[in-house]
Amino acid sequence: MARVVVDVMLKPEILDPQGQAVQRALPRLGFEGIADVRQGKRFELEVEGPVDDAALSRIQEMAETFLANTVIEDFTVRVDS
Amino acid sequence: MTARIGVVTFPGTLDDRDTQRAVRVAGAEAVPLWHRDKDLKQVDAVVLPGGFSYGDYLRAGAISRFSPVMEPVIEQAKAGMPVLGICNGFQVLTESHLLPGAMLRNNHLHFICRDQKLRVENADTSWTTDYETGQEISVPLKNIDGRYVADERVLDMLEAEGRVAFRYLDGNPNGSLRDIAGITNEAGNVVGLMPHPEHAVEPLVGTGRTDGLGFFTSILKKLVNA
Amino acid sequence: MTLDTVKHAAETPDTDQPWAELGLKQDEYARIREILGRRPTGAELAMYSVMWSEHCSYKSSKVHLKQFGEKAPETDALLVGIGENAGVVDVGQGYAVTFKVESHNHPSYIEPYQGAATGVGGIVRDILAMGARPVAVMDPLRFGAADHPDTKRVLPGVVAGIGGYGNCLGLPNIGGEVVFDPCYQGNPLVNALCVGVMKHEDIHLAKASGAGNKVILYGARTGGDGIGGVSVLASETFDSTGPAKRPAVQVGDPFQEKLLIECTLEIFRENLVDGIQDLGGAGLSCATSELASAGSGGMRVELDTVPLRDSSLSPEEILMSESQERMCAIVEPGKVDRFLEICEKWDVIATVIGEVTEGSQLEIFWHGEQIVDVPPRSVAHEGPTYHRPYARPDWQDALQADDAAKLARPANAEELRAQVLRLVASPNQASKAWITDQYDRFVQGNTVLAQPEDSGMVRIDENTGLGVAVATDGNGRYAKLDPYAGAQLALAEAYRNVAASGAKPLAVSDCLNFGSPEDPAVMWQFAEATRGLADACQTLGTPVTGGNVSLYNQTGEVAIHPTPVVAVLGVIDDVTRRTPVAFADEGHLIYLLGDTREELGGSAWSQVVHDHLGGLPPKVDLAREQLLAEILISASRDGMIDAAHDLSDGGLIQALVESCLRGGKGARLVVPDGLDPFVLLFSESAGRAIVAVPRSEELRFTDMCGARGLPATRIGVVDGSDIDVQGQFSVALDELREAHEGTIPGLIA
Repeated sequence: MARVVVDVMLKPEILDPQGQAVQRALPRLGFEGIADVRQGKRFELEVEGPVDDAALSRIQEMAETFLANTVIEDFTVRVDS
Repeated sequence: MTARIGVVTFPGTLDDRDTQRAVRVAGAEAVPLWHRDKDLKQVDAVVLPGGFSYGDYLRAGAISRFSPVMEPVIEQAKAGMPVLGICNGFQVLTESHLLPGAMLRNNHLHFICRDQKLRVENADTSWTTDYETGQEISVPLKNIDGRYVADERVLDMLEAEGRVAFRYLDGNPNGSLRDIAGITNEAGNVVGLMPHPEHAVEPLVGTGRTDGLGFFTSILKKLVNA
Repeated sequence: MTLDTVKHAAETPDTDQPWAELGLKQDEYARIREILGRRPTGAELAMYSVMWSEHCSYKSSKVHLKQFGEKAPETDALLVGIGENAGVVDVGQGYAVTFKVESHNHPSYIEPYQGAATGVGGIVRDILAMGARPVAVMDPLRFGAADHPDTKRVLPGVVAGIGGYGNCLGLPNIGGEVVFDPCYQGNPLVNALCVGVMKHEDIHLAKASGAGNKVILYGARTGGDGIGGVSVLASETFDSTGPAKRPAVQVGDPFQEKLLIECTLEIFRENLVDGIQDLGGAGLSCATSELASAGSGGMRVELDTVPLRDSSLSPEEILMSESQERMCAIVEPGKVDRFLEICEKWDVIATVIGEVTEGSQLEIFWHGEQIVDVPPRSVAHEGPTYHRPYARPDWQDALQADDAAKLARPANAEELRAQVLRLVASPNQASKAWITDQYDRFVQGNTVLAQPEDSGMVRIDENTGLGVAVATDGNGRYAKLDPYAGAQLALAEAYRNVAASGAKPLAVSDCLNFGSPEDPAVMWQFAEATRGLADACQTLGTPVTGGNVSLYNQTGEVAIHPTPVVAVLGVIDDVTRRTPVAFADEGHLIYLLGDTREELGGSAWSQVVHDHLGGLPPKVDLAREQLLAEILISASRDGMIDAAHDLSDGGLIQALVESCLRGGKGARLVVPDGLDPFVLLFSESAGRAIVAVPRSEELRFTDMCGARGLPATRIGVVDGSDIDVQGQFSVALDELREAHEGTIPGLIA
């Protein structure tokens, strides 16, 4: 079965409190040099049948309407090889 | 003399003042500890209270676990100092590996706030001697990441060693494995649980019951008699 | 792009400016030019446009709102009145309480979770800015039909947002409402209330005075959140096809807000601020102009010192940004170091961004160049005032003539029983535990009563037992039938709820949710409702201390029901005397207080059984409400009653079922002579409550009611595990519980 990965990230202009909290903690733990952290979600979809354009466009639609909230989030769809 | 019980405040801790009150209601002295403190001000025991330290960002308890105050807490807990972790405090204890397992999002994915019935399974820990083993108590439960998980081997070990300290009764509120609401370490000095005994120490507020007061009277007796 | 400086603006009077896109009318733009004696800079235009928006300037509503001041009853209890972030009420023993209810309706429709979350955050900062520790929140919510697919999107998001934010702040959520009606489809109402407590001497005001004092911005960094949100989102109907420039949704960070609360309280404890203002709608534009306007007038701000999350923001965007979790304080120079130290302790970013000046202008600079030079009052307080035309709609008569009395009633006892079960299982009357169990009601350890009690009550002094109670109520159906009476009924219900818990009602906050003020019918509803509320507050002696107006809650031509939501704050000297709703003791006698008339217009019964809205709402009798409240408070204080529950939507049967289920005990009811069983159970006559009286107290209680002229009718006894209406029907508590508690999880979960 083929795997398609959907990564969902907050849009760049949207505040990401979780990423910020992680970033602020890093220096205390001795991890220097990280300018910014943003936290996202990764969905791994196991696809039945071929991952063709039709399947990808269905997944695209699924991501747009369901997996991501496009008011505040962007997403990318890619085939995991 | 009375016992000095430290109550740690992390950024985002919510129940620190309530826990201090519970300590006072039981008759002990509550000593506020700050997450940046590097020493424990000679306290006899420590409570890590509930809340959303660091917003529960990354994982509940994951960032607090690295606070300066946790170094002496971990060190002294290993040496036998009594430590109680309530809710977020329990999560900090599992992240610190003072207690086994981890807490995940509730199986129904919602925050849940309710009066929760528990059975005390181990009345020999530092924090439970004022209860009877098998006693049923009701205290508030309020969390979103309260589902206790550990692998089968750990769960079997906890059961075999009598280290399941509290079990949910009348319905598992969050999908915790084996209905586990709280556990203790091998020595019985470190106890963690998700429900909130500090919200059940006065008859008029919270649930209207005082079933949680026993945690604080237990530790006071232990420390004063020591 | 070149910077549009004040100098540049003076030199280029004919530059075209996007005033219309920013929501300003032509005459408003002309007035800005007149005030400044030149065209505004881009930054000035941004400031005026947000501050003169409906949301910030109350331009359509303020001619009506001024009645709340003009008709304010004489009272010693009010320490700070309308106009500040929130009113402040004296509750005795040196304590002052501040509370306010506000709307976050449109943002919650677009992004339910963040919209509701930031609504909680905003009202909490308002309360904090008064100098108070926030001690409780409540959320009156209204959604479309419970079975509508969009309700399944909006409701869980709103509830999770309120819980996600409020729970993380450590504020107990102790009450509120959840109402469903198709009229709110597309326009859900998300109102949020916060209560805070302080000592009298800790009251802080939003004013900047004392030349040389520093202006400190602290809290979160400024990003592109909700730029233009105030003017675009709150002022015009949201339309899914546009506008092209969709404003970024504000995202809340409750963890940051919790730090801000603790940090600010520590700063107050050390007496380090002269004036303070939270940043909410209109962000820095609002905070700087309001602080300067309320103070001596002059302020200079170096805008490029504002810490940014997004370095590409323009000065106009920084001024308009609605990034959450920010506050602005005025601090004497000698106290700045200590102020910054406390912020550092709490990991809160704090920056001196300017200072109070000798002058009278608000001056803002960007890398040394002046981009704003305005009289602050003209921005903050002297916005436009509209006298919008209003007219009683032509359909009002027909609506009122469509009397609910003509509706078919249950033909026999069996039908009566079936309708009781239908009523208590209907979405509006069903248990809301699925929702309220997602809120922490125990945190802070002072919660004495929380939903589903008549009011939320928290203890504010551990030693004396002093406490405060708050209830919020609103009934859009009543207000649609008669907005004047509807607003008064909302107040009467909240007032009654507070008294039923044993607390003395002191003050009012309101959130007035209406459709478009450009529709004369809507404007008439608004005028009538404010007049009704102001009149009733005057009669009951409970001043309006502040609140919020939300207009444009409509889709196309269709407005929501006029929905004034009223919050009443009460005080109780000793919380151990509080009265719960639960009928928990067998043998206690059930008394019905007040008069039951045949009043079914706008009732829950007419909605549930007949899907009908018509006729007139129940009659308002404020003198009776006062008498009832006095009796309920006396009876509580003197230990004559063990439980009380106000009667409102759903009538007697709804209240009885709730009291019985809460206490786990049944009741035997006898229909009093001369009353029709159906009317007894379903009428919604106001000014009523049921109480549980121990037999030992019966004589004392009835003597008191008799002496003071309050009708008190013994209608039954707490007993068994059924509700049994003699000669009519019997229904087991278990069956009622299943009907009452199964509905919401079945619809939403």
